[in-house]
Amino acid sequence: MFKLTDEKRFKVFATVVLTILTAITLLPIVLIVIASFTQEKALIANGYSFLPEAWSFDAYYYLINQGKLILRAYGITILVTGVGTIASVLFTTMLAYPMSRKGFKYRNALSFFVFFTMLFNGGIVSSYMMWSNIFGIKNTIWALILPNYLVTAFNVFLVRNYYSNNIHEAIIESAQIDGASEITIFYKIIVPLSIPVVATISLFTALIYWNDWLNGLYYITKSEYFGIQNLLIKIMNNVQFLKSGSSNFLGLGNMNLPGSSVRMAMAVIGILPIVIIYPFIQKYFIKGVIVGAVKE
Amino acid sequence: MDKNKMKKNRGLTKNGPLLLIALPGIIYIFINNYIPMFGVFLAFKDYSYIKGIFGSDWNGLNNFKYLFRQDALLIVRNTLLYNLAFIVLGTICAIIVAILMCELGNKFRVKIFQSSLLLPNLLSWVVIGFIAFAFLNSDTGFINNTVIKSLGGKEVAWYTSPQYWPFILTFVYLWKNVGYSSIIYMASISGIDKSIFEAARIDGASKLKQIKYITIPMLKPTVVILTLMAIGRIFYSDFGLFYQVPMNSGALYKTTQTIDTYVYHGLMELQDVGMSAAAALYQSVVGFILVVTANAVVRKVDNDNALF
Repeated sequence: MFKLTDEKRFKVFATVVLTILTAITLLPIVLIVIASFTQEKALIANGYSFLPEAWSFDAYYYLINQGKLILRAYGITILVTGVGTIASVLFTTMLAYPMSRKGFKYRNALSFFVFFTMLFNGGIVSSYMMWSNIFGIKNTIWALILPNYLVTAFNVFLVRNYYSNNIHEAIIESAQIDGASEITIFYKIIVPLSIPVVATISLFTALIYWNDWLNGLYYITKSEYFGIQNLLIKIMNNVQFLKSGSSNFLGLGNMNLPGSSVRMAMAVIGILPIVIIYPFIQKYFIKGVIVGAVKE
Repeated sequence: MDKNKMKKNRGLTKNGPLLLIALPGIIYIFINNYIPMFGVFLAFKDYSYIKGIFGSDWNGLNNFKYLFRQDALLIVRNTLLYNLAFIVLGTICAIIVAILMCELGNKFRVKIFQSSLLLPNLLSWVVIGFIAFAFLNSDTGFINNTVIKSLGGKEVAWYTSPQYWPFILTFVYLWKNVGYSSIIYMASISGIDKSIFEAARIDGASKLKQIKYITIPMLKPTVVILTLMAIGRIFYSDFGLFYQVPMNSGALYKTTQTIDTYVYHGLMELQDVGMSAAAALYQSVVGFILVVTANAVVRKVDNDNALF
């Protein structure tokens, strides 16, 4: 009897502590959502608050009026995320597959070539000088796609290990005997078998591109190439930027500029897509974290 | 038999086409990762934007001398102390969360708690910077306007008061990362043989005793490995945390500047290429030594988990 109550007591304790932690985790996000719906006057008088005196949609009306700027930033982010993720998955699987083949002569050399990037790097300064001076990607869409994230050692090894553990040499051998070329084998046999691992790395890569602001910070100075994250940085630095960014906003004066709530509305818009797809990807995300942590 | 098979295989495997398939990835890694490695010579140059990368004059170790005379101590101290706090507190919190999750025994509740705790990890540092701003800014921030007002204290200008930032940054780090790292510990806990707990329970061990004498000792290898890996990266800091959350406020540099933000600041704001290259090279070299050392230790502890 005593043991049972001990266990039950612990369950209650765990539930209480985790509920508190969950509240601490979620409330900050709730605060910015509420702040984005707070009337500017109330906001200036009382600050950001969980229980605002007056609610209003002004911040969102304002953003809709500024639609062009935000839509463009969204478009850039979606484009970069799409192209970046597809290219990344393609390059990563193509590099990982030969590395998984036991008969491949350069297998170990390639593994070391990829692995060494995990040990040593040239640092951001020479990387920046190379991309901007030699390749001239400053203020182009390539600046948001090419540096840093396209093929990472982490993803390559994740995929290579998946291939090594899940694709039998026998399948490949029988295809070889049937006269299939290596390239045919890759597209006809390996790619269809890759779906689970491709799902995992696509998810991670898409999140990285969606949330990336570092490339924009280093390589983009013109606002027409700002993705949503870099637009957010710009707005945080200067709410006036929104005003100057659009000419169809001349009718309203400074008094009505919902600066403080607009900032938070922008942040909400920035996280909205993630929150919407989160329930669907959560399972794969957790799986990916575990697979990534457990080596080989 | 095996040898024959290998031979047959080798005969059929065409190295050329396989190399061709790998080529785009090889080229990308060569450009993105290897060319910059050769670019470290910038650390030994007095870079001038007019003379360019190759035309600038060499100036020996002057960049390093200047770096170590000026700021090296502060940025290295900050980077190391923050990482130390993150490793210790992050591990403790993640283990506590993982243990509590595993004791819930209710799948639905686990799912709700886990999804919520993981959510901050999916947000960008920019958005997290916004959230911190909603709490901390001196005009409309939640803490000054609601918390401090109701407690009757004096308002604090958070973005110009460096003394609070070690706590703020540590809190934000934990807020973002504990959910994520607890997943790994949960996976290790669920890998523990259930019959051990069963036996302990029959022998009358309380829950706390089971945790103390079974769960925690069983987690030790995971903790050791993850900690060593983190120590291998102790010279690197999360640029987003130290750049976005303090809003790059110059008044806070004393307690918020790490090697990574220093390099950014030097390169993009002061345009001092030589010195930021020196700091970056210093970081890469020490980082390299630490990773290799940490790995050697991991290999001693548990060969299966060594990186190489």
